[in-house]
Amino acid sequence: MRNALTIARRELNSYFTSPIAYILLAMFAVLFGYFFFSAVAFFVSYSARAAMQGGGMGPMNVNQYIVQPTFGNLTIILLFLTPMITMRLFAEEKRTGTMELLMTSPVRDYEIIVGKWLAGMLLYSVMLGSTAISILVLFVYSTPDWQALLVGYLGLLLMGGTFLAIGAFISTLTKNQIVAGALTFGVFLVLYVLDWVNAYSTSTLGKVCQYLSVAPHFQQFAKGVIELKDVVYYVSAIGLGLFLSKRSLESLRWKA
Amino acid sequence: MIKVEGLTKRYGSTEAVKNISFEVDKGEIVGFLGPNGAGKTTTMRVLTCFLPPTEGAASIAGFDVLSETLEVKRRIGYLPETPPLYSEMSVCDYLEFVARLKGINSVDVASRVDTVIDRCNLGDFRQKLNGQLSKGYRQRVGLAQALIHDPEVLVLDEPTAGLDPKQIIEVRQLISNLSGDHTVILSTHILPEVSTTCGRVIIINEGRIEASDTPENLTARLQGHDSIWLELDGPTDQVESKLAVVPGVEQVTLADERSGRSAWQVQADKDPSVRTALAKAVIDAGWGLFEVRSVGLSLEDIFLKLTDSDPLLDYDSDETDDSEVDEGTSSK
Ligand SMILES: Nc1ncnc2c1ncn2[C@@H]1O[C@H](COP(=O)(O)OP(=O)(O)OP(=O)(O)O)[C@@H](O)[C@H]1O
Ligand SMILES: [Mg+2]
Repeated sequence: MRNALTIARRELNSYFTSPIAYILLAMFAVLFGYFFFSAVAFFVSYSARAAMQGGGMGPMNVNQYIVQPTFGNLTIILLFLTPMITMRLFAEEKRTGTMELLMTSPVRDYEIIVGKWLAGMLLYSVMLGSTAISILVLFVYSTPDWQALLVGYLGLLLMGGTFLAIGAFISTLTKNQIVAGALTFGVFLVLYVLDWVNAYSTSTLGKVCQYLSVAPHFQQFAKGVIELKDVVYYVSAIGLGLFLSKRSLESLRWKA
Repeated sequence: MIKVEGLTKRYGSTEAVKNISFEVDKGEIVGFLGPNGAGKTTTMRVLTCFLPPTEGAASIAGFDVLSETLEVKRRIGYLPETPPLYSEMSVCDYLEFVARLKGINSVDVASRVDTVIDRCNLGDFRQKLNGQLSKGYRQRVGLAQALIHDPEVLVLDEPTAGLDPKQIIEVRQLISNLSGDHTVILSTHILPEVSTTCGRVIIINEGRIEASDTPENLTARLQGHDSIWLELDGPTDQVESKLAVVPGVEQVTLADERSGRSAWQVQADKDPSVRTALAKAVIDAGWGLFEVRSVGLSLEDIFLKLTDSDPLLDYDSDETDDSEVDEGTSSK
């Protein structure tokens, strides 16, 4: 595990010594800010109108009208930003030859993979953490359900972790970061829209697509509900991504 | 210490290394010598567990490279053909990272880094980014990286590539100093390198071992042969046929040609009369003679003889090789 941490630390340093981390953070902040602001604006105008009409529905729920849509939109941002986190992970090392250093050092393949995935997760957590400032503002003006919020964040972490694991695997397949990035984005997009077919189909295939798709599993998290099947989905997707990366590193040796 | 048995490595259909076997004892420094594409890097990658052998086996300190990779990797310091540097890291940070990766205790990291920085003369470059280093310094950082955990076995793929002459001498000195405690296997196509630093040479060509012996013994094998440097002014197309018929001459090769002058490398019997005969042939043909001298036999010639194939003759074609020939001979 120490080795994984060593690798994660180096990886994280390299994110922050190149512009990539700052670009990602800035893009994320701007997009999140936009989604958050529009949700708040909608909420304010909507609740003002509700109050004028006599307010028979009781106080409106901040979680439901601000947090949920914002988090939902966040998952779309992930679709674009996570490939930028993962595309370089292995592709760059293969291109520059530093892979030869890692693979001839006394570390296990899984330590290399976990280390890199962890670095991606940490950068992603920093991105998520930056949203807390906006969310905390909500506490000043109202009383959101903080448990539901935490569950939402957990869901975002799991979903991001899934993307990062799959992205890491795709990065092991090529020496070219751009190819890795494009391919990763394509795969994520497919995983994201997979359940859309379900709108027209109730067949088994539809159900399978529904299950395999990443987005529907987030819906319960956004509502503040942890469902076992969703956790199982994300955790096993992360496991699968890391496992495939490991196999890919092994086969890299055999093909080379 | 290093044991290779019947090692074959195929990349798809190309066979890079063909059934080679050799052993290196503890404390030995062995030079791996061969032309481009001979299979040197491939063999080294198998020894360092980067690539698995297709057939056969290799072991380091008794640990198999296929089944006991961690044990092998712990004992090996490896300088790949391209130094594996992270360009966005400073030299010092990079070496610290490698030290941790190689399993050095956190408390010892700083002192190990200082030691190798000192050994590889990188003192002034501690804080410099790897990406901003010149080729020679990148090579030195690569070497420092290989030495950082004071490994029992060092595998160095062309350790002096890209270094200036002063550095080459220093690196050779450094490598020589490692003998005894460390087992070193280094690859090169430069012959003086092996004759000055290595106790034994393994000559490899097209994936096969052609010879394995001490530099002295290899030279002794070709006793009775000489190499003559001949510079003249005459029609290039006729010179070769004229010189080839001189008694005692075995092979004539064009080494250099500019503004009417041409330089030839002549392999011949070790007999001073050959030189006289050559001079006479040149004069008789009515050409101008600038120089005739014996350059002696170097490992280069042995190499050419053993691996005898045309493209190799390119090795003689530039001036830098002259100095190498001289260095090679003077060291004997
Ligand atoms: N990854 C690879 N895929 C396919 N063929 C390869 C690969 N690496 C090397 N080869 C082939 O294997 C042979 C041996 O290559 P190798 O790199 O071991 O030579 P070398 O002795 O190190 O040469 P050089 O002096 O140029 O470094 C060459 O014919 C090369 O084309
Ligand atoms: Mg090579």
